Amino acid sequence: MKELRLMKGNEAFAEAAIRAGADGYFGYPITPQSEVMEYLMAEKTHERTGMIVLQAESEVAAINMVYGGASCGKRVLTSSSSPGMSLKQEGISYIAGAELPCVIMNAVRGGPGLGTIQPAQSDYFQSTKGGGHGDYRLIVLAPSSVQEMADFAPLAFDLAFKYRNPVLVLSDGAIGQMMEKVELQEQRPRLTEEEIIKNTPWATTGKTANRERNIITSLNLDSHVQEEHNIHLQKKYRLIEENETRFETFQTEDADYLLIAYGTSARLSQKAVDIARAKGIKLGLLRPITLFPFPTKPIAELANQVTGILSVEMSAGQMVEDVRLAVNGKVKVEHFGRMGGVIPSPQEIVEALESKIIGG
Amino acid sequence: MDTVIKKEDIRKPENLVYKKTPLLTDKVMSYCPGCGHGTAHRVVMEVLEEMGLQDKTIGIAPVGCSVLAYEFMNIDMQQAAHGRAPAVATAVKRLFPEKFVFTYQGDGDLAAIGTAETIHACNRGENIVIIFINNGIYGMTGGQMAPTTLPNMKSSTSPYGRDVATMGNPLRITELVAQLPGTLYVTRQAVHTPVAVRKAKKAVRKAFENQKLNKGLSFVEIVSNCNSGWKMTPNVANQWMVDNMFPYYPLGDIKVNED
Amino acid sequence: MAKMKGDIVIDIDKCKGCEVCIPACPVDVIGVSKNVNGKGYNYVETVNDECTGCTNCAVVCPDGVITVYRKKIE
Repeated sequence: MKELRLMKGNEAFAEAAIRAGADGYFGYPITPQSEVMEYLMAEKTHERTGMIVLQAESEVAAINMVYGGASCGKRVLTSSSSPGMSLKQEGISYIAGAELPCVIMNAVRGGPGLGTIQPAQSDYFQSTKGGGHGDYRLIVLAPSSVQEMADFAPLAFDLAFKYRNPVLVLSDGAIGQMMEKVELQEQRPRLTEEEIIKNTPWATTGKTANRERNIITSLNLDSHVQEEHNIHLQKKYRLIEENETRFETFQTEDADYLLIAYGTSARLSQKAVDIARAKGIKLGLLRPITLFPFPTKPIAELANQVTGILSVEMSAGQMVEDVRLAVNGKVKVEHFGRMGGVIPSPQEIVEALESKIIGG
Repeated sequence: MDTVIKKEDIRKPENLVYKKTPLLTDKVMSYCPGCGHGTAHRVVMEVLEEMGLQDKTIGIAPVGCSVLAYEFMNIDMQQAAHGRAPAVATAVKRLFPEKFVFTYQGDGDLAAIGTAETIHACNRGENIVIIFINNGIYGMTGGQMAPTTLPNMKSSTSPYGRDVATMGNPLRITELVAQLPGTLYVTRQAVHTPVAVRKAKKAVRKAFENQKLNKGLSFVEIVSNCNSGWKMTPNVANQWMVDNMFPYYPLGDIKVNED
Repeated sequence: MAKMKGDIVIDIDKCKGCEVCIPACPVDVIGVSKNVNGKGYNYVETVNDECTGCTNCAVVCPDGVITVYRKKIE
C-alpha cells in the first residue's frame, strides 16, 4: 500500500530501500548520512523483511561486504559521505570490474580532506568519471527532493540488476537532512534463492552438479582478455547512455538563457528562473537527473536556441566541463557556484547570470 | 613362497586408496614446485568433498600467490580485494546463513593490509572459516618482507635481514585473534610431512564442522614454505621452516571448542 | 601372513619435480627421473617395487599428481 509520510531525505532513502526488497545494508557512520543506518537499525529490518543491516569496521569493509553480497545475487547497498566515499573507491572499482549490481548513496559534503559537514556538490568528478582506478562508470542518479530519495532507491536497484553495474545515488547534505512529504511505494518481496538462481545465474550460490562453478573476479592476467573485458564494459556504458539518460526541463520553451543544475542547486535554480522571469529575462532550467549518463543531446539541442548557459553547482566547477563538451563551443558557457558547504541564494544565481552571461 | 604380483593386478579400481579429489580442477596449479599452497588447497577441498559440501560452499580468494585459487578449487568462488576477504565473507555468510563460507588468505593479505577486516570479523564472531597461509614473505610480488617475516630473515625489502628495531616485530596474529571472544577454534598447522598434512586436515574438518554450530569463527593457520622467496629447494625450505618458523610460530591448537 | 602390496601412478605431465614426496616415502620407492616433462621438470618416478600403498607420497604432493593403489596379498 502506498503511504504518505513526512521524512528526512536519508530516512526516506532507507525506508525505500527496505521497500525495494533490499537483502542487506552495510555501512559506517559519517555525517551527514548516518540517519540511513540509524533508521534501518531502528526498523528492526531483520524482523520486518529479513534484511540484514551491519555496521562495518570501516567504509572499506562496508563496500567489500557489498561486493560479497552482490556476488551472491542479493540486493545490497551502502551509503556514506564524501571522505567515506574516497575510502570506498577501491571496492567500487572491483565491483564495476566484476560487474556486480549494487546501490551506493553519497550524501556529499564539502571537501577536500575532512572539509566540512555542510552540503556540497564537489564529488561530481569522482562520481561520474569512475572514481577509483581503471576505465569504468557508475550509473549516477541525482535526486533533488526527498521524494526522489525514496523513488531512486528501487530505481537504482532495477538499473543495477538490468546492467550488472553499480548505481550511485548522488545526494548531498541538504537533500539528506531536509524533511518533506514523501509518498512511499509498496513493499516488494525479497528475492528467494530460486529467483536469484534464475535471475542471476552468474551469482555464487553454491556449485551444483548441473552447472560449472561460478567465479566472481575482476582479474585477467592475459592482457588481451582484459582488453576484451574493457571493450565489453564500454559497450555496456554506451548502451546505458542510449537508454537511461534522464533529465527534466523547466520553462525552456521560450528561453533565451539556460541554467543547468542538479540536486540542491536545481531547486535553487528553479527559484532563480522565477526571479529572472519577473525581471523580464527569459530564463530556463535543465536539470540532469542522471549525471552518468549525462544529458548531452538535450543540452546540445538547447544550445541552438539559447544565447548563453550558466552551469550552477556547489563546487569550483566540475559539471561545467561536461556542459561545455555538450555545447561544443556553440554558445557561451560559464560556471557559478559556492564551495565549502556554502549554499548559493537564488538571487546570487541571477546576479551571476547577469554578470557572466548576459552582460559578460 | 612369494608370488609375483603384476602392477596391472594392483592398479585396479577396487584397490584405489588415494586419488586427487574432484573438488580440485585439472588445471596445473600456478604455484612454484614444492609450495605448500597446493597441499593446503587439496586439504580444504578434500574436507569439503568428504562433508559433501561442494554445492553449499562459497570460497573467497585473496590477493597474493593464491589470488587464482578459484582456478583450482572446483566450487563457487569470489576473488576479494587485497585484505578484504573477511569482510566479503561476512556478507556472504550473513546473507546466505545456510551456506558454508571460507576465506583463503596469505600473511600479507590477512596480517598486514587486511588486519582490520581480520580482527573485526573474528571479533564479531562471524560464522565462517579462515584458512591462513603463513610463509613469512610476500611471495607473488617477489619476496618482500611480510608482517610475519622472522627477525633477521632476509627478503627483497629487508636485504640485510629484518631489523626489528626499525622494521618492527613479526606479528603472531593467530595468538591475537585467539584472545577475541568471537573466535571459536584457533589452531596452527603445517603441511610439510604426511603426519602434518593429516593433522591439518583434521583441523580444517573441525573448522568446517564448527560452521554447523553457529558459535563463532574458526581460524586455521598453516605455516608453509616459500622456497622461491626463501631461495631454497623445497625439502631444504621445509627443514628451514621446522628449524626457524616453528619456534616462532609453534604448531598446535591455541583455542579449542568442545564438539 | 597377509601383506600389503602397493603401487603408485604419477601424472608425469603435471609433476613439477619438487621432490617433497621422496623423503615422505618410508621404503624409498621414489626417485627423480633423468627425463623431463613438457614443462621442463625432471619428474619423479618409481625406482623399486617396495611400495606398500601407504599414501604418504600422495598426501604431501602439492600438485596432487600421485594416485595410490593397495592390495592385500595372502
